[in-house]
Amino acid sequence: MDFDPVLLARMQFAANITFHILFPTISISLGWMLLFMRWRWLKTNHRPWLTAYRFWTKVFALTFALGVVSGITMSFQFGTNWPGFMEKVGNIAGPLLGFEVLTAFFLEATFLGVMLFGHGRVSERVHLLATFLVAFGTTMSAFWILVLNSWMQTPVGYEIINGEFHVKSWLEIIFNPSFPYRFTHMLLASLLTMAFLVAGVSAWQVLRGKANASTPLALRAGLTLAALLIPVQIFVGDMHGLNTLHHQPQKIAAIEGVWHTERGAPLLLFALPNEAEKRNDLAIGIPKMASLILTHEWDGELKGLNEFEAHPPVKPLFFSFRIMVAIGSLMLLVSWVGWWLLQRRGWQPDRAPRWLIGSIAAMTFSGWIATVAGWYVTEIGRQPWIVQGLIRTADVASTTPAPYIALTLTGYLITYVLLIIAYVSVLRYMAEKPSDSYDPVTSGGAHAPLPTQFANKETAA
Amino acid sequence: MSWAEFLPVIFMGLMGLAMFLYVVLDGFDLGVGMLLHRAEDSQKDMMIASIGPFWDANETWLVLGVGILLIAFPKAHGVVMTALYLPIAVMLIGLILRGVAFDFRVKAQDTHKPLWNFVFFAGSTVTSIAQGWMLGRFITGFADGFAYSLFALAIALALPCAYVLMGAAWLVLKTEGDLQQRAAHWGRAALVPVVVGMSLISIATPWVSETVAGRWFSLPQFIGLLPIPFATFACFVALRWTLSGQRALGTLCWLPFILTVGVFLMGGLGLAYSLYPYVVMDRITIWQAASATEALNLILAGCIITVPAILAYTLFAHRVFWGKATELRYG
Repeated sequence: MDFDPVLLARMQFAANITFHILFPTISISLGWMLLFMRWRWLKTNHRPWLTAYRFWTKVFALTFALGVVSGITMSFQFGTNWPGFMEKVGNIAGPLLGFEVLTAFFLEATFLGVMLFGHGRVSERVHLLATFLVAFGTTMSAFWILVLNSWMQTPVGYEIINGEFHVKSWLEIIFNPSFPYRFTHMLLASLLTMAFLVAGVSAWQVLRGKANASTPLALRAGLTLAALLIPVQIFVGDMHGLNTLHHQPQKIAAIEGVWHTERGAPLLLFALPNEAEKRNDLAIGIPKMASLILTHEWDGELKGLNEFEAHPPVKPLFFSFRIMVAIGSLMLLVSWVGWWLLQRRGWQPDRAPRWLIGSIAAMTFSGWIATVAGWYVTEIGRQPWIVQGLIRTADVASTTPAPYIALTLTGYLITYVLLIIAYVSVLRYMAEKPSDSYDPVTSGGAHAPLPTQFANKETAA
Repeated sequence: MSWAEFLPVIFMGLMGLAMFLYVVLDGFDLGVGMLLHRAEDSQKDMMIASIGPFWDANETWLVLGVGILLIAFPKAHGVVMTALYLPIAVMLIGLILRGVAFDFRVKAQDTHKPLWNFVFFAGSTVTSIAQGWMLGRFITGFADGFAYSLFALAIALALPCAYVLMGAAWLVLKTEGDLQQRAAHWGRAALVPVVVGMSLISIATPWVSETVAGRWFSLPQFIGLLPIPFATFACFVALRWTLSGQRALGTLCWLPFILTVGVFLMGGLGLAYSLYPYVVMDRITIWQAASATEALNLILAGCIITVPAILAYTLFAHRVFWGKATELRYG
């Protein structure tokens, strides 16, 4: 087979960012959840909060490590896959990435050590501060990288001199038109992903009979957060969509499968977009609904793909978007029903129906699917441009021969698949282990004196 | 030299500082990783505990170093990344495996622990070899030919030895008892290949690059530069002395580490002198590769505020975990 090097480079980059985003999506908000658990423990002196904190700290450490190593890969792949990108927009992208490293990466990485292992070596207050700084660092990191990503979607505040981009206004660049929506949407996605992970793992513990005193607390915290945020996310997602309609109408046209400009466009629930004949096969839709949602008029006009000289591929956007929305709807259903039924049973999961606990456990990684699907919509939706309307992806790709890219892509893919399997199975293993969470991290057990006042008290409690 | 011309020089210095700190800090992590399989099972945990709170932040210096190349010298970044495409991929997979093995080995079930220990060792080794190869290719400006490949291969073998020396010196500093004695022994064993490797490289570099030869072997520069090889030699002699017998096992346990840093510092200074003002040897100077002045000004302002803060809280983290390593527990 003869592969297009640009396509291979895109696949490799996509493989890496797909793998990468799984972990920050959890750790950005899990940091804040840990801060909450620690704060509850200090405030109430209720030991299960400490148990929960320790268990989720382990998950955080593992997740963080996976995020760091795949993030380092990304910092290299900007150059190995898209060398022309930095040559052209280096004056804008450079400082944004630089500020991410300087204000976020070092902060989170350095205080992570104090947060994970510093207990007993620093005061409670300093430890809480370290936990805060780690959470703050991860959020700052999301801020800077989403500024850059949003600028690539809706570029403003620049001028082009001799083919190179120069900064005209940093304020315009940082607060570019799509940034506030994308940043909010992503932070909420992170919180929801984490909320379902925390609730899901707790539900799993209940199902397997491995629950301890901290399990209902974590289940309640996760499910309450999810139930509170999912309507907000649906609202923000809608605003984000309207913003995209304004700035990147071709993306919306591809999402909705609108090939030709039309009034009163239907909301397609299912269809097989036919790229060759520019129409949809087997379409099932609600008449006029898409126009109503996007223009707030029954007969509002939606621009079709025929109006754009270059537009993204339809199929991946069409399906990714529907997957994201479907997961979002499931999240709404499970979190609301779950919250209602559990609070009526005084948050005692063993009194709740088994199908309910099973459904919550089944949703453990739902946030991952929705987040990745959402990112596919936004990133593939920008193609064939790397900077919307200004620089084509193919023009900045590296000249590395296709076999090299294919070889390294294979290497990365094998590594990533194995690591995802390892991550999920270790998470499961940790969830099912009895909860003497104070076992030394690096101990083989030979000389590991467990402080007696901590040992196994949690399981008894 | 105007401010616009001086800025790239500042950034070359900053990039050098970041890379130097990376090599020293992650050097001891990687060295400990490569030594892991030589220790008893009970000692492996202590070795990992000695680097546990730091490895993550240490790795970040690599991101900063590459980041400065990316943001301050974007036109060289693409050239370097394209030329080193394969070794970079190898190094990244090595770094990924090393980083995750650190966490997996204590969280997976006990029966999987030896596997993750091996992954940790293998990841550290692969990373170090790939970095050595890249350094060798970089020094010669990515020139092709048998002699150049041989040169890169020599560095690919020498750099891991240097990291092992660094890791052993770190363990002498951070551990006690049997493990510390072993570490001193490992350090002595690594010393010979490091001395041979560094001497070979010092002879070979001017031989493969006329620019370097011209820069070192002309008067009066040659005399002014003599302190670099002399200081390196002195560090080596002192290392040999401290690592022998019981000398490094007591209150002098910090000395081998400091001396190894000295060796790396001299190597780094020599390299910086050979390269300047090129960011890609003989092909692209720092001024040709630099970003626009206004972008550099902004990043510099950011660096002036944040780099001292980063250094300060890095020191704070080391102070928190000062002294001999103890078992790590999540609080």
